[in-house]
Amino acid sequence: MAKKKLKELVINRDWCKGCGICVAFCPKKVLELDKEDKSVAVRPQDCICCKLCEIRCPDLAIEVVIEPDKEK
Amino acid sequence: MAIKDYLRQRFFPHMWCPGCGHGTVLNSLLRAVEELGIEKNDIVMTSGIGCSARISGYVDFHSLHSLHGRALAFATGVKLSQPKLKLLVPMGDGDALAIGGNHFIHAARRNIDITAIVMNNKIYGMTGGQYSPLSGVGKKATTAPYLTIDNDFDVVELAKAAGATFVARTTTFHATEATDFLKKAIMHKGFSVVEILSQCPTHYGRKNKEGDAPQMVANYDKITARLGSKKLEENPALIGRGIFVDRQAPEYCEEYDKIIEYAMKGRK
Ligand SMILES: Cc1ncc(C[n+]2csc(CCOP(=O)(O)OP(=O)(O)O)c2C)c(N)n1
Ligand code: SF4
Ligand code: SF4
Ligand code: SF4
Repeated sequence: MAKKKLKELVINRDWCKGCGICVAFCPKKVLELDKEDKSVAVRPQDCICCKLCEIRCPDLAIEVVIEPDKEK
Repeated sequence: MAIKDYLRQRFFPHMWCPGCGHGTVLNSLLRAVEELGIEKNDIVMTSGIGCSARISGYVDFHSLHSLHGRALAFATGVKLSQPKLKLLVPMGDGDALAIGGNHFIHAARRNIDITAIVMNNKIYGMTGGQYSPLSGVGKKATTAPYLTIDNDFDVVELAKAAGATFVARTTTFHATEATDFLKKAIMHKGFSVVEILSQCPTHYGRKNKEGDAPQMVANYDKITARLGSKKLEENPALIGRGIFVDRQAPEYCEEYDKIIEYAMKGRK
């Protein structure tokens, strides 16, 4: 199985309330809270597209957009 | 359809506090509905009153935001009149088992085809942190400044004893598991109950010094263990997660149809 490649981490700043859940549980430490207490992807290159941030976000503020599989 | 298409986005950002587990329950539930591919118009969500109950305002299904503790009574009415619709009934622990305790056990007893989701934060969030029948002994609450002395209900045991034919438990830490159990509960014919431990950092967490939302979520992994796991076998005091009951039994609406047929015999 080919490794999933991240296209974009879409974070809705209007919906994010800065709870830090996505930051705390990201296995690759991709996310941090910025000065305004909003989640930002500081190391997107390390993202393994596990979507743990997206599925646990209580504010439905994160979407992990994966690069479409080119072989298909 | 994308998850967001099941939301009434005009009401976002939602009213729940930062890190409130109820948002994660909504997240898990929308994924379950999306993965099952159920049409929005085939779902009715009824809710009572509480932070948890506000969930019905955020989903783009048919919805009824009703009375405290009475969501299952409204759902029963809807289901009996429109048995083809899927009924989802999310409730807070107070809503489901304090004021709504009778509706809960009787819906289970009838085995009516409804999915009850208990969003258990062990406290009355909306009204400022009073203890609930699920708080348990030795907890702090606005109404228990010197600690609670009341025993708590075990939602799983209660639902089981009352006659629910599908009973599962999970937490907001285990969001994928929650989606999986919700899918099974929604597809189950009969009364299904999914208890989801859901953090209230604002009241329960603060009063009981359980830390911030991420700490409370991480704690759900520590205090629970999957049924049949080594972890649970070695630490039987942990809270079990998994599917506790999954059995078939006559469903209320179908039995009601049979009675109508019987009563109408020979007539039109
Ligand atoms: C008949 C009635 N009694 C009391 C209330 C006040 N009340 C509103 S919400 C609530 C409890 C909420 O707790 P819970 O159901 O656990 O939900 P949470 O807010 O924690 O999600 C109470 C007692 C009410 N609205 N109606
Ligand atoms: S989990 Fe969601 S709301 Fe919380 S900080 Fe991350 S993006 Fe923001
Ligand atoms: S998808 Fe996984 S690795 Fe990528 S940011 Fe989210 S939690 Fe981190
Ligand atoms: S008071 Fe508690 S239950 Fe209510 S929204 Fe805030 S964190 Fe959630």
